[in-house]
Amino acid sequence: MFGTSITWGDITFMMTGAGLTLAITFWAMLGGTLAGMVFGLIRAQSPWYVNYPMGALLDVLRSVPLLIQFILFNSFQSIAGLNMNPFVVGCVVLAAYTSAYCTEIVRGGIGAVPVTTRKAARSLGMSYWQDMRYIVLPLGTRVMLPSWIGLTLGVMKDTALVYAIGVIELLRSSQIIITRKPHEALVILAIAGLIYFLVSFPVSRLGAHLEKKWREND
Amino acid sequence: MIEIENVKKSFGNLEVLKGISMTVEKGEVVSVIGGSGSGKSTMLMCINGLEPIDSGRILVDGTEVHAKGTDLNKLRRNIGIVFQQWNAFPHLTVLENTTIALRKVLGKSRSEADEIAIKQLKHVGLGDKLKVYPSRLSGGQQQRMAIARALAMSPKYMLFDEVTSALDPQLVGEVLDTMRLLASEGMTMIVVTHEMAFAREVSNRVAFFRDGLIHEIGSPKQIFESPERPETAAFLKSVL
Repeated sequence: MFGTSITWGDITFMMTGAGLTLAITFWAMLGGTLAGMVFGLIRAQSPWYVNYPMGALLDVLRSVPLLIQFILFNSFQSIAGLNMNPFVVGCVVLAAYTSAYCTEIVRGGIGAVPVTTRKAARSLGMSYWQDMRYIVLPLGTRVMLPSWIGLTLGVMKDTALVYAIGVIELLRSSQIIITRKPHEALVILAIAGLIYFLVSFPVSRLGAHLEKKWREND
Repeated sequence: MIEIENVKKSFGNLEVLKGISMTVEKGEVVSVIGGSGSGKSTMLMCINGLEPIDSGRILVDGTEVHAKGTDLNKLRRNIGIVFQQWNAFPHLTVLENTTIALRKVLGKSRSEADEIAIKQLKHVGLGDKLKVYPSRLSGGQQQRMAIARALAMSPKYMLFDEVTSALDPQLVGEVLDTMRLLASEGMTMIVVTHEMAFAREVSNRVAFFRDGLIHEIGSPKQIFESPERPETAAFLKSVL
């Protein structure tokens, strides 16, 4: 096809890999965002003796290379006899890693809402949580969204590292085809790149659209 | 009735309130004047429990604001406050700004809340701005919206914290008119202000704050025409 030796079988193989890439990204972002919101809320309002150890722990997740985290956690879970399959291991590790970044995004978003606006909400009789839900989070989201979109796109590319624990996602599947057809390496990588782009583009457009829409009200 | 009894409060080493005592009766309008840093605004924040106090006590209709077990969220429904920086919720329209607490705090239905809010917004002259976002309003309009938002909760008391200080001079009048209207309707108000003419005209009593204490309190006539303390006279001379 396309005057090359790449077959539909190869393309299907890559698409299957792309599906896994998307699935891992989805679960990692879902888990990481939910955990990040909880941690971010805790960090935004906790005294130093909670914040300090929590920050240190999250810093570990942010600073140890993902590849090492995948391998360490995978070894740990097999020693502990948890019998998790590599896909689940990949999702869990990446979700934890994502949550560390998301925590800082959420904390920053909450911090960006002026104290005076929050006082106005509380002075109307809103409880702490009502203020959070109806005022702080909607306003903070505007600050958080660009970073969160960036995180999503980054995590999607980071999923490539799960090859280390034996998950065949998009990049790994491309490499497998390349080992069989080394002379098509450039075309195969171009196709893989195109797939990454086709997935990322709508996400970043959506982000840009929301930002523009919100800015119109400001 | 708001009773403030020997209230002291510090921010770090800085003692802002050094023993404030004052009673505001129902239907009374009390203006609070004084230089910046004299503790005027802090006192307002203490009345609805937005700021904790170090000692003394504040009673609103007999409920001690800073006592353990006082439901501040409930107490605050009775005390409207308007700030110097109007503090609109920028992600909500004028109508939504005014209805959000009605719906989420008082649990009113959307139609009920809309009805109350529209009435209040018309009252302050914003009946034609319901669907507009605050960013499209002038400072004076945003401030009037903030007043309507507080009034929509049908508070028994209204606290005003230098509400015209951040406004362009030509917008001050419209906000003061709204407050005049409120005073004439019998609302109990504590007004921290730099608008001496307004304080003199609308208030039942005027309190002069100095260095975290009420230096002098009395009728507008007394304070503005024959102040007893030389510092009061000096302050008035500097601002009038």
